[in-house]
Amino acid sequence: MVQHVGDKQAEALFHLVDAVERATVLGNTTEQLANDGDSYVKTVAKRFMKNKLAVISLVVFVLLLLTAVFADSLSPHPRDASVGMFQAAPYDNFLLGTDDIGRDVLTRLIHGTQVSMIVGFGSVLIYVIIGTTLGLVSGYFGGIVDSLIMRLTEASMSFPFFMVILTLVSLLGSGIWVVTAVLGILSWPPLCRLVRGQVLTIKEQDFVLAAVATGYSTPAILVKHILPNVLSPILVNATFGIATAILTEASLSFLGVGVKKPRPSWGNILSEAQSLRVLTSEPWRWVPAGILIFIAVLAINFIGEGLREAIEGERKS
Amino acid sequence: MTNPIVLDVNNLAVSFQTFEGDVKAVRGVSFQLKKGETLAIVGESGSGKSVSTKAINRLLPVKNTLIESGEILFEGKDLLQLSEKDMQKVRGNDIAMIFQDPMTSLNPTMKVGKQIAEPLIAHIGLSKEKAKARAIELMDLVGIRNPNEAYKRYPHQFSGGMRQRVMIAIALACEPKILIADEPTTALDVTIQAQILDLMNKLKKELDTSIIFITHDLGVVAQMADRVAVMYAGQIVEVGTADEIFYNPMHPYTWGLLASMPTLEVGKKQLYTIPGSPPNLLHPVKGDAFAPRNDYALGIDFVEEPDLFQVTETHYAKTWLLHPDAPSVIPPEEVRRRKEKYQTVRMGKACGERIGGGAIGSGG
Repeated sequence: MVQHVGDKQAEALFHLVDAVERATVLGNTTEQLANDGDSYVKTVAKRFMKNKLAVISLVVFVLLLLTAVFADSLSPHPRDASVGMFQAAPYDNFLLGTDDIGRDVLTRLIHGTQVSMIVGFGSVLIYVIIGTTLGLVSGYFGGIVDSLIMRLTEASMSFPFFMVILTLVSLLGSGIWVVTAVLGILSWPPLCRLVRGQVLTIKEQDFVLAAVATGYSTPAILVKHILPNVLSPILVNATFGIATAILTEASLSFLGVGVKKPRPSWGNILSEAQSLRVLTSEPWRWVPAGILIFIAVLAINFIGEGLREAIEGERKS
Repeated sequence: MTNPIVLDVNNLAVSFQTFEGDVKAVRGVSFQLKKGETLAIVGESGSGKSVSTKAINRLLPVKNTLIESGEILFEGKDLLQLSEKDMQKVRGNDIAMIFQDPMTSLNPTMKVGKQIAEPLIAHIGLSKEKAKARAIELMDLVGIRNPNEAYKRYPHQFSGGMRQRVMIAIALACEPKILIADEPTTALDVTIQAQILDLMNKLKKELDTSIIFITHDLGVVAQMADRVAVMYAGQIVEVGTADEIFYNPMHPYTWGLLASMPTLEVGKKQLYTIPGSPPNLLHPVKGDAFAPRNDYALGIDFVEEPDLFQVTETHYAKTWLLHPDAPSVIPPEEVRRRKEKYQTVRMGKACGERIGGGAIGSGG
């Protein structure tokens, strides 16, 4: 009898477990169906949004970007005019004080943001175009073309980067556009290698053969079938590239060969700290610039890392 | 079968240059494809069935492939002589392909509908809107539910069977004259397999397309093929109508293939397997390539390559057993059973009864 009751209990328990299991399975399927409705971009965006640090960084970066775009209307004073007292600590509507000839430091920082963004985006745009094109061609066609491009890449990579920039800038003259162009033209080799490596694996995949069998022309295969599949690593690389470009521009300007004064950049504002007096007793003239560089680079790196995780998460599942 | 010939492959020989030497993957293959027929090419892995069909569409890697001889005539042109640019107009437009694995054969970053519409724009020159409308029609035709919605989806949102339907829609978009299906159902489970085969048969009738169907699954062959070519070690060893191959096979290799097919009969007998493995085509083959594995091999098989002997108007086999001087041999039990059936049915053929289909559709 006891045995019998035990059986019944077991049976009931079994049914209960069964029902719970079924419910979970059903729950899973509905969730899966909901997920199935998303495109690739949406899925990546959703994953990115779950990364708090990356989202905060994105907000910070967008704020910086807006500051750059609306620099003129945001600035409390004219950029290059001597409007206040000389070397004054923050007072009245000079929130970050003034420099040695009475220009508003905040205004100059706001315009410095503009410089950083132009150099960052401009040079990355240039090197992404060069690097992607060469990488696609090199990886897809192989053979002599590949050898030539790869040798060129190695040659470019073996130049001492900073020396070349210094030489070029001193030859072409300094200025924001020269710095942008030079950074863009010199930074493509790592991306080219990355793209080539990706293309080498992607071109062996069935869907590329299927595209050939469907009669796509070679340029169409490169642009419509291969490029979209290497876009995510390019995007991640470009994000980090912006940070590098901003840092390099700041270094060049700090050394006095980057953006030419009176046009302000974070780097050349920082270079004023080369004077011991400014460094020790006038922190308002250089600390904010340093903090801005730090925040911008950190934010971009967090965004890049978040993007990378969001994209690679897709590969794992 | 007085239909015109759409594809004529003559004495095709393909080799691959590897570090170890030249691998002669295809050694003198000839076959013809008539309008509206399905030709099945069967054989083991490495028998050269995929290579010979990829050669038709010139999809073999340019770097290390050598077309040693042969011609592939399509509409009076030798496809092997065409420029790459002219070839691009043939691919997808006149000769389309369906691949084995639908999970990897679609571009993961392009909308499914766009993948169907693109060849319509490229080959037929339809406008974007018309191509989209046609793509939605095609998706409906291949049995994709809710095509308007599905057009905007990406491949990862589809199941394997649905993706293969998309592949078929892409392949049939431009109403090609020839469809090459390279093991299109191997990666699918059996129920989906049956659906896809039904779909292909239905579309073939509607569009009057000729199909080259590559497979190693004889059950699928029985369901699909009008004619069958059996390949071994880079050569066609036997070719005939489906009935002839299934019920009156002449080549010992075909016997082996049929004997190693599982049947629905429950028995304690172990499933037959052909002993040994195919020859390494890196080395030249002397005599009949199948001789070392052949229980019925004659002395001459090890010395000289057999001729292609004619059995009927449509049936040829490459074996010395068909030579008038050859001793008569008794084929394996399974084949004898099949031959008996062939004889009885041939006598009652006046009724127009076809013997293929159900009875042998059990392989898998």
